[in-house]
Amino acid sequence: MKILKTIMMAAALVAAPAIAQETAPTAAVSASAAPAAVPAAAADAPASSFQHAVPVPGIGQPISGALGTQPQVTDIGNEAEFMHNKILLPLITVISLFVLGLLLFVMARFRAAANPVPSKTSHNTLIEIVWTLLPVLILVGIAVPSIRLLAHQFNPPKADLTVKVIGNQWYWTYQYPDNGDFEVVSNLLKEKDQVGPKDRARTDDDGPRLLAVDERMVVPAGAVVKIITTSNDVIHSFAVPAFWIKMDAVPGRLNETWFKVPANKTGVYFGQCSELCGARHGFMPIAVEVVPPARFAEWVKTKGGTMSGKPAPAATAAAAPAAPTAKPATAS
Amino acid sequence: MTDTTANALHFQGDHAHEHHHDADHKPAFFQRWFMSTNHKDIGTLYLIFAIFAGIIGGAISGLMRLELAEPGIQYLPLWAGTTNLDTALHMWNVLITAHGLIMVFFMVMPAIIGGFGNWFVPIMIGAPDMAFPRMNNVSFWLMIPAFTLLLGSTFVSGGTGNGAGTGWTVYAPLSTSGSPGPAVDMAILSLHLAGASSILGAINFITTIFNMRAPGMTLHKMPLFVWSVLVTAFLLLLALPVLAAAITMLLTDRNFGTTFYDASGGGDPELYQHLFWFFGHPEVYIMILPGFGIVSQVISTFSKKPVFGYLGMAYAMVAIGVVGFVVWAHHMYTTGMSVNTKMYFTAATMVIAVPTGIKIFSWIATMWGGSLSFKTPMLWAMGFIFMFTVGGVTGVVLSNGGIDDVVQDTYYVVAHLHYVLSLGAVFSLFAGFYYWFGKMTGRQYNELLGQLHFWIFFVGVNVMFFPMHFLGLEGMPRRIPDYPDAFAYWNHIATNGYFMMAVGMVIFFINVFWSMFAGPKVEGNYWGEGATTLEWTLSSPPPYHQFETLPRID
Repeated sequence: MKILKTIMMAAALVAAPAIAQETAPTAAVSASAAPAAVPAAAADAPASSFQHAVPVPGIGQPISGALGTQPQVTDIGNEAEFMHNKILLPLITVISLFVLGLLLFVMARFRAAANPVPSKTSHNTLIEIVWTLLPVLILVGIAVPSIRLLAHQFNPPKADLTVKVIGNQWYWTYQYPDNGDFEVVSNLLKEKDQVGPKDRARTDDDGPRLLAVDERMVVPAGAVVKIITTSNDVIHSFAVPAFWIKMDAVPGRLNETWFKVPANKTGVYFGQCSELCGARHGFMPIAVEVVPPARFAEWVKTKGGTMSGKPAPAATAAAAPAAPTAKPATAS
Repeated sequence: MTDTTANALHFQGDHAHEHHHDADHKPAFFQRWFMSTNHKDIGTLYLIFAIFAGIIGGAISGLMRLELAEPGIQYLPLWAGTTNLDTALHMWNVLITAHGLIMVFFMVMPAIIGGFGNWFVPIMIGAPDMAFPRMNNVSFWLMIPAFTLLLGSTFVSGGTGNGAGTGWTVYAPLSTSGSPGPAVDMAILSLHLAGASSILGAINFITTIFNMRAPGMTLHKMPLFVWSVLVTAFLLLLALPVLAAAITMLLTDRNFGTTFYDASGGGDPELYQHLFWFFGHPEVYIMILPGFGIVSQVISTFSKKPVFGYLGMAYAMVAIGVVGFVVWAHHMYTTGMSVNTKMYFTAATMVIAVPTGIKIFSWIATMWGGSLSFKTPMLWAMGFIFMFTVGGVTGVVLSNGGIDDVVQDTYYVVAHLHYVLSLGAVFSLFAGFYYWFGKMTGRQYNELLGQLHFWIFFVGVNVMFFPMHFLGLEGMPRRIPDYPDAFAYWNHIATNGYFMMAVGMVIFFINVFWSMFAGPKVEGNYWGEGATTLEWTLSSPPPYHQFETLPRID
């Protein structure tokens, strides 16, 4: 079985080069780590000719007053959402209402005024067996789709693109080893009243407050994106609710997850760090911009990367920059 | 068993002839309360301590709900007394950490095990006192320095600000390299002391229950509350040493250059999580099992019926305790475990729903055919059943490893854990408190205020915690002081729920103080025919030393 592997690094063998590329002195805990990275990121993107997509309210971000999960865009997300909304949620609602109904019935029927003489029944083997076995059957019923979902999550198609996601206190960096190994530093965009007059402040085109970032992680639509998470300091967690993914970024470990956004679901999808990581835990959002493959190639170019960064994939798909998406298009 | 029980006879000593209870020889104030060897006095001390800690922990949650009422950072810089944002934000993490640690280690555990366990386990088994009365006192007095250390840690540096801001889980490496300064060390030592206290208490309860039952009180005749404390004591005994080991390694990683949890030295941050949750999952049953016991006593009393399916109830708790030790990694679905591991923990976790279901249905069956009176303790117990069911079924949702990729570490988990603890364990605490208040003080609480407390608290906590399910499903992470504006709607409602609950608590305290001094005096068995356990054969309050002649159970 082809399962995702969590590779435990005995030492910081892989993490160490990552740290070296990072602003090394700020690897230690320091209140100035994130602010120091802001100008670095700004300087990192001189060619801002790339026109980023504008997030659409209601897609890839939380909805005010909503009751359920964000609209899902991946196959796994749809499967999991179905399991939650169509299997688990009705089931737990029925069970809760059943218990509530029993309680209310008992309260009415057996109140002292209505039933002054209590029965002395304290055993009924049959009913005890029933209420032991019935839950067992229900749980088996849940376990089957649950285990199937897990199996699907851990059986990704062959990856078209790998992005290494590195958690830092308190920002994310995204490395693109398949495209010349360039790196994108992604910081929270602050509000206008929180930054100096010359600094970039958040606008509505960047996304909602506390979700918008200066540099998004950009990936092509229709491609299977393999995410490798790790961290430079403490544990963070990379989460995009609309993709139904969440994977801890653990220092000294490489964790793997994946997603594939269909070609017709381009857009901006937000998430937030989901493991307590210190003072600004609530202020290191995740923004994934899913673009058409051609646009992805453009974006890679503005970052100084190449579409045939690695010799091996280039040999198999030397023809066009859009090659990474060719395969999933046929696969889907 | 009988011969060890006989040995207990010498406890009655030379006061055996004195049978009028007014002539109890209570020691003078200092000796009585500071050098106590009396299980009832120590139980009272535990309850006072737990209420005190609960006020602090509850007030902290008020601060948290206040900050979360509106989007944006409103109060943290003010409370932290600084304009430095990182210091102010660190204070948020200190608040969530303190709230969790206080409520778990210094409120629920002392109240439910130290308080009610000490008070009623010896009485319910017909014993004069605990097996090791002096060790009992040590258990209590260890809690004082433990709590002092935790509160004191908020005055020393813990990273970008004062206090330990690691979350109650104290995950490495945030708690090691991520939190310089002595605050986290103090918090760890606090947990060490609280853990030692609980281990001593667990030894005491196990010894007491196994060796000091009155003649005829077989294990299968013990009240379910005693059963619940017995199972809990075993969980404490097996789980807490693992926590001690885990946090000792944190200490050495922090101070002595070891790298148990540091990959760059050959360690692994995930090791800490495995050790912590090997303790942490049994810990949640440690908090809820005695609550199960209390609810069983209360339901039986106010239904005027014996508990339905007694053996099933007792062994369901044993089963929950046993299975509770093999499901810990369901707290870690997103840490990068292998798929087989996730499948195992998904399946194993679901198993717990079976014995829990047996308990829920047996409580309802106990009421079925009964003659129910809805006094305050009964309201809390019935509220417990429904709220624990809601918390239980969201637990079944969370047990699915694949679903956790969205709900892990979100408000859905916060809602779930508060439904089983804040509406589960705390409801059972209130049920026990009202149930035994007259027994412990000799004066009855005010029924109207008690019911008012229940209804306001019940509505308040539901308004507070139910919307958190929605926030979690929408993706709001836990432990954040500010949130995207889309989460504002439900957060605002949740904060309103807090204030409603707080009104309920004010009524509770008015009731306690009024009843303690002016409540009507009550006789031994003020609940009447439904109250059949041994504490109701004694006066209210019980004599300073009860059962100087051991009762005989037929």
